[in-house]
Amino acid sequence: MGSTLAEKIIAKAAGRESVKPGDFVTCDVDLAMMHDSGGPRRVNPILTRLGTKVWDPDKVVVITDHFVPPVDAMSAAILDMTRKWVVENGIDNFYDMQGICHVVLPERGHLSPGMFVVGGDSHSPTGGAFGCFMFGVGATDMAGVLVTGHTWVKTPGTMRVDINGDLGVGVSAKDIILHLCARIGMGGAEYQVVEYTGDTVANLPMTERMTLSNMAAELGAQAGLIAADETTSAYIRAAGGDAGDPAQWQSDADATYLATHAVDAAALTPYVAAPHSPANSAPVDEHKGVVVHQAYIGACTGAKLEDLHMAASVLKGHKVSNQTRLLLAPASTRITAAAAADGTLAALTEAGAILMPSGCGACAGYGAGILAEDEVCISSTARNFQGRMGAVSSKVYLGSPYTVAASAIAGHITDPREFLNGGMA
Amino acid sequence: MSDTGKAWVFGDDIDTDVLAPGLYMKGPLSTLAEHCLESVDPNFAPNVQKGDVIVAGSNFGIGSSREQAVEALKLLGVRTLVAKSFAGIFFRNTLNFGVVALACEDAGKIRPGDQISTNPAKGKITNHSTGETYNCDPLPAQLLEMVIDGGLVEHLEKKLAKKDADQ
Ligand code: SF4
Repeated sequence: MGSTLAEKIIAKAAGRESVKPGDFVTCDVDLAMMHDSGGPRRVNPILTRLGTKVWDPDKVVVITDHFVPPVDAMSAAILDMTRKWVVENGIDNFYDMQGICHVVLPERGHLSPGMFVVGGDSHSPTGGAFGCFMFGVGATDMAGVLVTGHTWVKTPGTMRVDINGDLGVGVSAKDIILHLCARIGMGGAEYQVVEYTGDTVANLPMTERMTLSNMAAELGAQAGLIAADETTSAYIRAAGGDAGDPAQWQSDADATYLATHAVDAAALTPYVAAPHSPANSAPVDEHKGVVVHQAYIGACTGAKLEDLHMAASVLKGHKVSNQTRLLLAPASTRITAAAAADGTLAALTEAGAILMPSGCGACAGYGAGILAEDEVCISSTARNFQGRMGAVSSKVYLGSPYTVAASAIAGHITDPREFLNGGMA
Repeated sequence: MSDTGKAWVFGDDIDTDVLAPGLYMKGPLSTLAEHCLESVDPNFAPNVQKGDVIVAGSNFGIGSSREQAVEALKLLGVRTLVAKSFAGIFFRNTLNFGVVALACEDAGKIRPGDQISTNPAKGKITNHSTGETYNCDPLPAQLLEMVIDGGLVEHLEKKLAKKDADQ
């Protein structure tokens, strides 16, 4: 009997020939990633209690993104504490205010296929787009990893999502995953691995694959894996990382899956998730006309370079409605620089987008751009839980960067295909 | 084999907001514990006894990563959870805080008030009220050791102290 990609990575990390779902194993951790919110400020008290230091500083990456730039004395103190902690613990892999952790980590070449990675954040499945087994852990788990270099795992089973066909104009990975959220449900893949396969996935650039893996978290999945291929290797090499041996890190043809869901990408339309759950997703038509006070292009989910390109393709030659505002927080400083170099930033700002710092920003309500009571936002982020982006009565709709951009032009939720050449008129 | 405890039975998708209601998250753990599971069974927190067992359906502990969801149960004296399945982060938190979590297909056969004992190492659950035994996913020795020590931090504390003493 064959193994899935996840089972192969767990087996390697556990020093075993093979593992099967349900097996408890202790795994060596190849890399541990933390951010300013869940990182040093939460693990340091435990490390202090244990009177011990980080097992291998070279295998730890710390990225500040939640409280950047600081908006009050408390967030400034958290950043200050984080900076001092990395120095005291000899952590060289420290990215301060350079962007959102899930985007910066691969952008700086830290991920390779076959790695076993823990992240102190619930969207850690994003790393699975690079053929790594990466999952989110809490502070106690992270402290355990930092002290010992390993952690226990109950091997999850794998659900396969096989996506085939060409995406239509104005339809993106975000629409695929919103469709899946509606179909499988929040928690529909609870404690499972989601592995994405099929020719649609093979044709997607890394940033779009990351969107699929990122929102595996919304399905309740431990990890959201995509086996590495030439696209992966090219991205990793360009980032200065080690592309490893993709051939070694593939699911076997006779691997056992818990379930397989087939998605016909060609049949998909843009999707929008209504408040307050990503599972409230439906084709954009169902929410057409909902007035939006704010449009937000940001987060690890929806502000990568391709996301900005999508938004620009809609906004070029148009203006943001004076009934709304469009906030743009590129996911990293490198993305901001690249978008400046290729003209994307100019297209967006000329249309009226307001450029914000790279960081989590309004996504989880920590940074700038939060909503007032009863305000409505359409956002390229991953979650629309009640009160997450600001006031309790505020409402967040989720959509692709195309849809957010189109809605910003119209001032209400709009099908982006109305603005794209070759789309429906 | 654990001591025998009384079963408190709950349904599917009991989330972390039901276990540790957001309203009381800013207060002390003892207050939070008083409201644990209140929205589905107001009799639970005032009446649960040390050693009682929680039995539930699928996705127990779904929701946020808040560790207080486990800490509240622990403070109330619950040391064993049996459910059809557990949410990922909650499952890790449970064992990391020294509480046994057993995934059992037959959890639905247990009725409120049944007397339950468990053998996590063997993966067995005994229902003394009906005479039935059920299989569950066993916990490996080193995880059980961590649970018995009281959780991950206490376990590491013990191991580090031992290392110091050995030197
Ligand atoms: S951008 Fe949002 S989803 Fe991504 S890490 Fe930050 S808060 Fe989490």
